[in-house]
Amino acid sequence: MPSSRTSDVLVIGGGIIGLVTAWRAAQRGLTTVVVDPEPGGGAAQVAAGMLAAVTELHYGEQTLLGLNLASAARYPDFAAELTELTGHGLGYRRCGTLAVALDADDRAHLRELHALQRDSGLASEWLSGRECRRLEPMLAPGVRGGLRVDGDHQIDPRRLAAALLAACESAGVVFHREWAERLTVTGDRAVGCVARDGTALSAGRVVLAAGSLSGRLAGVPDDVLPPVRPVKGQVLRLTVPRRYAPFLSRTVRAVVRGSHVYLVPRVDGELVVGATSEELGWDTTVTAGGVYELLRDAHELVPGITELPLTETRAGLRPGSPDNAPLLGPTALEGLLLATGHFRNGVLLTPVTGDAMAQVLTTGELPDVARPFTPRRFRAAALSEQPA
Amino acid sequence: MADDPLVLGDLSLASRLIMGTGGAPSLDVLERALTASGTELTTVAMRRVDPSAHGSVLSVLQRLGIRVLPNTAGCFTAGEAVLTARLAREALGTDLVKLEVVADERTLLPDPVELLDAAETLVDDGFTVLPYTNDDPVLARRLQDVGCAAVMPLGSPIGSGLGIRNPHNFQLIVEHARVPVILDAGAGTASDVALAMELGCAGVMLASAVTRAQEPVVMAEAMRHAVEAGRLARLAGRIPKRHFAHPSSPTHGTAHLDPERPAF
Repeated sequence: MPSSRTSDVLVIGGGIIGLVTAWRAAQRGLTTVVVDPEPGGGAAQVAAGMLAAVTELHYGEQTLLGLNLASAARYPDFAAELTELTGHGLGYRRCGTLAVALDADDRAHLRELHALQRDSGLASEWLSGRECRRLEPMLAPGVRGGLRVDGDHQIDPRRLAAALLAACESAGVVFHREWAERLTVTGDRAVGCVARDGTALSAGRVVLAAGSLSGRLAGVPDDVLPPVRPVKGQVLRLTVPRRYAPFLSRTVRAVVRGSHVYLVPRVDGELVVGATSEELGWDTTVTAGGVYELLRDAHELVPGITELPLTETRAGLRPGSPDNAPLLGPTALEGLLLATGHFRNGVLLTPVTGDAMAQVLTTGELPDVARPFTPRRFRAAALSEQPA
Repeated sequence: MADDPLVLGDLSLASRLIMGTGGAPSLDVLERALTASGTELTTVAMRRVDPSAHGSVLSVLQRLGIRVLPNTAGCFTAGEAVLTARLAREALGTDLVKLEVVADERTLLPDPVELLDAAETLVDDGFTVLPYTNDDPVLARRLQDVGCAAVMPLGSPIGSGLGIRNPHNFQLIVEHARVPVILDAGAGTASDVALAMELGCAGVMLASAVTRAQEPVVMAEAMRHAVEAGRLARLAGRIPKRHFAHPSSPTHGTAHLDPERPAF
């Protein structure tokens, strides 16, 4: 006979968003179960971990900027709390970011970004090409100018995932290491899920935090199914041998003839190069073209990378939402909440997501900063999707 | 006559604006921009999209009732382009293809030799071929001769927003065309689009000018009006250009304002 398990909160998905939600809920005294075959996995195993609220600013995303900045501001305390609790370092580096341009077109693009940053009240300093190269001597001689953003930091998402897992365990979160197969709905209310092994997990509230898979859970009524799609990103990892250290002392990024590339140097010598952005469904293969484009652009930016060992190539899936912003909080289905759709900003948004979800789980209300991200903003669109 | 549809093979379109999706900041903005543009045909790079994936750009097009025009962006040889077109036909069930075979990544200019080869193969294979070509009147003629359903010359390089750099070539292409001529690439703002239509283009294809604008939805609406305005101006027939002024008000029968003489 299949077993069963009951808790206050059931979190479907044990990536960093699911884990932070579970941890914060457990800290507030809610009994919490996470269902995931491999907690701590998911997109965080691939992501570079840039906390880039300022350099990733885009037109029309000023509302998201507010949430990004709120989360960035939480990071120092968040990292300190996790490290103190678990002994895990997050690789949190306040080393800043330098976004550079390699030709006149990319320079004009960067100038536009700078204007948008200033209009949005963000701290960012324009540097000449020579000034950029004084900061980062490994940059290509052709650098035409850049933006120095000291407020855009980085963490190592793999360490973050490990720390959150340890924090959950110490807070008493229970892990059911299986796939969630189907949401259980009883009388217009979500009451749990059935795992692939047949276990019935029941809970007062269910939080769907399954990243790019969030739109695929069986049993979720169509009108509350999150409009989340997978957006593939290929990422490379190189290693900086000690004799070359520090090589780069901050995150360096550029738009090279229209395509984005970044190099994120970790304290331990890892250098992350990313990322492609591909709408190819659930495909996570690493392709020759993806690796080539990343290395080509990275090499144009920092010619010396050719000397570094290429230690890992990997592809992950970002959970993309229609407006690039996350879906946080209650849905139209009683008992079902979402914490998904974080797209490019999952690592950055982890602290604020944990706080927002804990608050909504304990008080029923999202904090002001998270209120624009209610899943209900897509409900009208979802309903109009029904075939005529 | 302004209501004539744009005919591409078996396809008949009321809107003469063909959109691309590349560079859109989000699916949500893309959806609103496509709606504002009034487009009925939108091109999607088959190498960058999985037709079976749900919630992607193809789902947006389906929801809006916009026909998909698969393209072969990213191909450098006729062989790759033919293969990509065939995969697209299989996946989407359409014979339409916007054929792109580019020579290098720096300029993204079409490779004329590969393009003609691929066009010939695909026409033979039953495709409705819409080739992205240089603004070369001779090549445009050769593409018609092998059976392309339209020719799509570039105004300037893809994504450059430099407008139509050689309007004279466009006139030559239009004068000799037996198939629709569609501006493809280079439009930066509404006046570029209006000019294309005034020069006799049957339609305009654009992406970056809208998707990379600060307000894509507003620019999409501007482009819709520009296509219509340019088309109407072409049909209306512009006045000849003159060296000196020609008064627009009549010079006879006007009120007398000479204070020395009474007005009656």
